[in-house]
Amino acid sequence: MAEPKTKYDRQLRIWGEQGQAALEKASICLLNCGPTGSETLKNLVLGGIGSITVVDGFKVENGDLGNNFMVNESSLGQPKAKCVCGFLQELNDAVKARFIEENPVTLIETNPSFFSQFTLVIATQLVEDSMVKLDRICRDANVMLIFARSYGLSGFVRISVKEHTVIESKPDHFLDDLRLNNPWPELKKFTENIDLDTSDPVVHKHIPYILILVKIAEEWAKNHGGRLPSSREDKKEFKELIKAKMSATDEDNYKEAIDASFKVFASPGISSDLKRILDDTRAEVESNTPDFWVMVAALKEFIANEGGGEAPLDGSIPDMTSSTELYVNLQKLYQAKAEADFLVVEERVRNILKKIGRDPYSISKTVIKSFCKNARKLTVCRYKPIEEEFNSPILPELQKYLTDEEYSVAVGFYILLRAVDRFSANYNAFPGQFDGAMDDDISRLKTTAVSLLGDLGCNGSTLTEDLINEMCRYGAAELHAVAAYIGGVASQEVIKLITRQFVPMSGTFIFNGIDHKSQLLSL
Amino acid sequence: MADLRSSSRSRDLDKLLLRPGHLVGPTFEPGAQLRDDLQEYVRILVVGAGGLGCELLKDLALSGFRNLEVIDMDRIEVSNLNRQFLFRLEDVGEPKAEVAAKRVMERVSGVNIVPHFCRIEDKELEFYSEFSIIVLGLDSIEARSYINAVACGFLEYDANDEPLEETMKPMVDGGTEGFKGHARVILPGMTPCFECTIWLFPPQVKFPLCTLAETPRTAAHCIEYAHLIKWDEVHSGKSFDPDNPDHMQWVYLEAAKRAQLFGIPGVTYSLTQGVVKNIIPAIASTNAIISAACALETLKIASGCSKTLSNYLTYNGLEGLHTKVTEFVRDKDCLVCGPGIFMELETSITLKLFIDQLEEHPKLLMSGASVTVRGKNLYMAAPPLLEEMTRSNLAIPLFELMDKSPTGIVHVTGTAGKGDKRQSCLRKLRVAFKANGITDTDMAGGA
Repeated sequence: MAEPKTKYDRQLRIWGEQGQAALEKASICLLNCGPTGSETLKNLVLGGIGSITVVDGFKVENGDLGNNFMVNESSLGQPKAKCVCGFLQELNDAVKARFIEENPVTLIETNPSFFSQFTLVIATQLVEDSMVKLDRICRDANVMLIFARSYGLSGFVRISVKEHTVIESKPDHFLDDLRLNNPWPELKKFTENIDLDTSDPVVHKHIPYILILVKIAEEWAKNHGGRLPSSREDKKEFKELIKAKMSATDEDNYKEAIDASFKVFASPGISSDLKRILDDTRAEVESNTPDFWVMVAALKEFIANEGGGEAPLDGSIPDMTSSTELYVNLQKLYQAKAEADFLVVEERVRNILKKIGRDPYSISKTVIKSFCKNARKLTVCRYKPIEEEFNSPILPELQKYLTDEEYSVAVGFYILLRAVDRFSANYNAFPGQFDGAMDDDISRLKTTAVSLLGDLGCNGSTLTEDLINEMCRYGAAELHAVAAYIGGVASQEVIKLITRQFVPMSGTFIFNGIDHKSQLLSL
Repeated sequence: MADLRSSSRSRDLDKLLLRPGHLVGPTFEPGAQLRDDLQEYVRILVVGAGGLGCELLKDLALSGFRNLEVIDMDRIEVSNLNRQFLFRLEDVGEPKAEVAAKRVMERVSGVNIVPHFCRIEDKELEFYSEFSIIVLGLDSIEARSYINAVACGFLEYDANDEPLEETMKPMVDGGTEGFKGHARVILPGMTPCFECTIWLFPPQVKFPLCTLAETPRTAAHCIEYAHLIKWDEVHSGKSFDPDNPDHMQWVYLEAAKRAQLFGIPGVTYSLTQGVVKNIIPAIASTNAIISAACALETLKIASGCSKTLSNYLTYNGLEGLHTKVTEFVRDKDCLVCGPGIFMELETSITLKLFIDQLEEHPKLLMSGASVTVRGKNLYMAAPPLLEEMTRSNLAIPLFELMDKSPTGIVHVTGTAGKGDKRQSCLRKLRVAFKANGITDTDMAGGA
């Protein structure tokens, strides 16, 4: 067996050992192992997911050889679940792979408790009725669920989880917390020892921009009745002030200060996103409140008290032109403040746990530390039950999509993907599934779609003939390239859900394989 | 059982290829003939057999294509196995192209994949001209640039600077980094080529040497000091090999020493590897998404069965899910996909003098040039054997070497650019010979 650290090196650089450990502990169930399901699992098996259970009731037929890489000629006539499971196992011997030869629809109907053993269920190519039933089962059992479907050149991915909280959301761009316009006492004292007017040119060009900006922000505020630069004129004036301190044109630290001056303009305090989380009723702790919300409650107390309106400092600073000594000392200063903030939050967490009758040390130091470091980036995702979306979608949103050109194909596919399920419930086949009845199917699908729109409260809305035609042309085909795309999206979301890192998608992702103008619909 | 076997292998693809539709490409002619033609006549080249390449070969083999070739110069490493799903632990050390081709052929019957275990530059232009579509699964800007120049080199223009469609070599390009990626369609002469939008790939930021030597602040600074400065000081003459674990370990230890000296945290072996080898994080799911988009576009270009991506798709799964299609525009003056750099020449100019002129031409500044006309090598600067074989042409007038045709396309490869940015490249020239001292005004106007 290969050294896992080397084998997984390229992904460990993304989600680290903790993320990897979460993947290796996870147990995944796949419903239906056509190409969409097989490709979803393939990406997870390669990454070292703990265990997989493949559920499918069909035997491999010729058509499967044309769209699924996880079967071959020798699989013909064999149980599809068995063949796919076998080829998936070849990809990674560290994964526990098993299969169950049974129709997922039957399993949903007859054995709902089956699903409670899994971390997450990936349900592919299910029709509406089964989706709704499975969603109820998984919500009751607290099992994460993701739906994926490929249909001709269209498809969708939809997460269904009551609540998903993320500490390590790892956004690409996030304004760093440097406290340039409200330095804490130690930082303020540190800057007092810095002389921007020093006559030593080497010293002058190695003052890190943090210190330059703290000093100039203080000076600016002093001359403007204590307020921060806010108008365009203010900001220009502020930058001029920095420029005036430059003693030579090649001073990178001053150029960096000008580029970073927007960090001074940002108003202090917490973001509206964080405020919403603090104000969430879940932060009103009870004995069974999840750890995340216990920490949110502690965070709320911290911000209102010791934090003085600010979240705990994360303690990191970006690289910037500086002498080594100043930079390292500054780094230590930020880290010391972060550590002090953490200790206060930790104390508050322990007290809250005690108060609700739980072991005060049931949340580890490491977790609280990570929570503090990421306090400004906390994310909460909630997904409404699929049944609720199907029966009563957010009407104004739906109407907006139906009239917005950017969304017209995506929302058309959304309606038609639901209409084909109604169609198949009525006619025992998908529109265009068999050659010969095309014209009839087109008009029947149109009628079905119009009646569905009516049921949703969108009377008078129509879909283009071209798109209805197109849907019939697809005839429920599961094309490999489309399945690989949908499976790729689904597996990426599964990784985010299981590692509890990064932010999973919200809403329903509608794949548009015609021109790739795919959309997320929030219904 | 008879029932199971009766369904056609192309059950799903047939729906797309055999049935008419309204949201399709202008050339779409649905029918069994189309399906059979894709199988028989369309030849696809996949450049790269790595994370994207493995996916692409699988996707294309299951999208109706039967004639595939793949080119890759790399061998399989352990760190490939988390995403390059055609490879197993026992394949480590084997050429990627060969193993990838073998595995897909074993699984999908009827498909033929020819592997090429070599550098992309090792192939003649003719090799690339044989393919209907070139699909790129690469991780380097230089390699993309090279293939782009080759494919655009086949493009010819008429007297009105309109591209001749039959000379167009479509490319589909994908790229990924972590949870993000892009897929694009390049129809040379119609949509922007790689070079038209080269700004989409900003150059890698390098640390100033004075920072490394005098004011290190981060772990990466310490690592690069050990890698770029200290190594040469200590190992005079021995070059650093990033694939040699002893070399990497030495750099790591030196970096750690330096970090301790300056009180800088964070130097680890893994970070040392990452910085020195410029490792880009990569995961299976993103490669799967991007390759699938590329394969789907390849199928659409070849068959017309749907509209094509116009022309650049980005995917970002980091914070939620964001996809975006951007329609970039061509640079009409693009050196690579444009009509070409116009040069007006005397009929008497020898090949040698012509090559000298390339060095002085302000848009080229190309030295050590090799010259090719319609796939025929007039002069090859390297390797020595070919140089010797073609040297005698240097004294012959270019006009004669081009069969006294008054105008023509000349491809030159050499080192071009200024200062640090010098790199090997391929350029297209549109030459016109002065007829009895009178300029061909049509051609001159087109330049």
